[in-house]
Amino acid sequence: MWARAVLLLLRTPVGGRRGFTSKADPQGSGRVTADVIEHLERLALVDFGSQEAVARLEKAVAFADRLRAVDTDGVEPMESVLEDRCLYLRSDNVVEGNCAEELLQISHRVVEEYFVAPPGNISLPKLDEQEPFSPN
Amino acid sequence: MAAPVLRWRCPGRRWALTCFDRGSVHGRGAPTGSRSSGKRGQSSVAQQPLITAQKPRKGEHKWAAVVGLEIHAQISSNSKLFSGSQVHFAAPPNSLVSFFDASLPGTLPVLNRRCVEAAVMTGLALNCHINKKSLFDRKHYFYADLPAGYQITQQRLPIAVNGSLAYSVCVGKKPSRVINKTVRIKQIQLEQDSGKSLHDDLRSQTLIDLNRAGVGLLEVVLEPDMSCGEEAATAVRELQLILQALGTSQANMAEGQLRVDANVSVHQPGEPLGVRTEVKNLNSARFLAKAIDYEIQRQIKELENGGEILNETRSFDYKLGCTVPMRDKEGKQDYRFIPEPNLPPLLLYDSASLPAGADPQQVVNIDQIREQLPELPSVTREKLIQQYGMLPEHSFTLLNEVGLLEFFQNVIKETRAEPKKVTSWVLNTFLGFLKQQNLAVSESPVTPSALAELLSLLDRKAISSAAAKQVLEELWRGEGKTAAQIVSEKRLELMRDPDALEQLCQATLEEHPQVVMDVKKGNPRAINKLIGLVRKASLNRADPTVIKEILEKQLSS
Repeated sequence: MWARAVLLLLRTPVGGRRGFTSKADPQGSGRVTADVIEHLERLALVDFGSQEAVARLEKAVAFADRLRAVDTDGVEPMESVLEDRCLYLRSDNVVEGNCAEELLQISHRVVEEYFVAPPGNISLPKLDEQEPFSPN
Repeated sequence: MAAPVLRWRCPGRRWALTCFDRGSVHGRGAPTGSRSSGKRGQSSVAQQPLITAQKPRKGEHKWAAVVGLEIHAQISSNSKLFSGSQVHFAAPPNSLVSFFDASLPGTLPVLNRRCVEAAVMTGLALNCHINKKSLFDRKHYFYADLPAGYQITQQRLPIAVNGSLAYSVCVGKKPSRVINKTVRIKQIQLEQDSGKSLHDDLRSQTLIDLNRAGVGLLEVVLEPDMSCGEEAATAVRELQLILQALGTSQANMAEGQLRVDANVSVHQPGEPLGVRTEVKNLNSARFLAKAIDYEIQRQIKELENGGEILNETRSFDYKLGCTVPMRDKEGKQDYRFIPEPNLPPLLLYDSASLPAGADPQQVVNIDQIREQLPELPSVTREKLIQQYGMLPEHSFTLLNEVGLLEFFQNVIKETRAEPKKVTSWVLNTFLGFLKQQNLAVSESPVTPSALAELLSLLDRKAISSAAAKQVLEELWRGEGKTAAQIVSEKRLELMRDPDALEQLCQATLEEHPQVVMDVKKGNPRAINKLIGLVRKASLNRADPTVIKEILEKQLSS
């Protein structure tokens, strides 16, 4: 989940809809604004919840930002680290599945044989009614 | 973002469920070119038929509409694209899910050979260039029925590109003209389907079924070469027939095996293309045409009233018959494409490039698949026209109704009646009966052999065509009698005894002196009335041409 949030943050395009101030910070201090947090919470359906969590996210971003220090000038990007390998082809046989019971055990909530998820990014108005994250 | 496709209530369940089909919601990242470069835009403008606004004010308000399509076809395979779990419609929820489909840590994708072959075959049938090297990418978005948080697709280098799809539109009635059209195919890419979400509005929760998650899809991107709903629907229908002929997809729209999104824009001829909207969730051919035509008219009206078209996603509300904006407040999504790290490039071979000693299970040979291509619908239609002297529109109807062609061919095989007669009976009488009772060809109570027997009786002039219709009605009741049995039981054989016919004619003349007077006064239509009366008296068992001869003889004597 943290990796996901960091990945999101790193890959958020410059000039997005909101002020992604951390992107504008060339030093990569990993400063994350309330707006960005709110945006990430929406995208990832994750509640960061606390200042501590935000601080941890900022540290993770700062750590990942060190990748930018690597000089890649003139290095041709690879398609994949496996690009010279053969892609294995499987024959079209049914050999898996039928393990609903096992899988559903992982789920926090279950109704009949369904996983239950929050309404998620369907009902925006409801999210808007929630108390916004406040940095202080 | 997602709009209700089906809002259904399950008896015995306490929540209101809304089924959102978002397999196509997160369509593609790249735009489909309705806003492509001015140069290409101009050239396609020239071919666009003009659509006039409903109320042209000064007679100058001509508009051209431009329609492009993105079509998702579920690959017909036993197992999923990257896992060995089963592909099956309407199985118990989450019963067809492997650990990979549920995105459990440590699982890896293993590509299904069948899906690759299906993509190559479809590409070849659609005149595509098959890329001998194609790449897989991750397209990220967060949605509960996409547990990995990304979909594996082919964004950078898809398996097939630059194809074309020929289709024909019938214009006008009697005589109708068949106009041949072509739409360019930008690309075909392999990708994973998502799971399904059932939204329980009452309890504000979403129920997730991952049975569909990971099923192989062919995304076929059609360039904006179409200009109205009917063209789009006809192109989709042709693609559907091709996929079904190939067996690469069952392409049943009602079961979600074929899902269509349309990009629609309008502009004044000579001007650059207009801003496009995307209409999602078109899951029946009828709604597809309706939704596109509605959207074209909506855009024209909006522009004529001085409004502007927003680059937005809309969905078709089939109950209201209009398109409505979908919740898409945050503008363009960023899918954060990255190369799929767990899948090396997909390499395909032809007979010339096939490496010596390669494991045949591990290489896909494009030339070999080309040899396996079955007859395509356009060829089947051409053969019908050549072989049976059929009108082009009849060949279309035969292929468009599921199972009708096979039925027709079985009838033809078993009867000596002329192909034209068989065509007419199958397309008019038989199909009419089916339509009237809302039946599919497979549900017909009349078998091809039964119809063939009936048509043979008709061909031998054993019965009149009116009597034949009566026999068909009897056959339709499905009481297990053969046509010949019905004919003899109901005494429907044509009267061949000249004496009996003459008596019948004589009797009719005597009963209707007024009509006879009319004939003698020179009313040319009066003889037809007499013929009708004799036929009625014969219970449809007399041949009208024979009656006419006899009557004329009797009247002149």
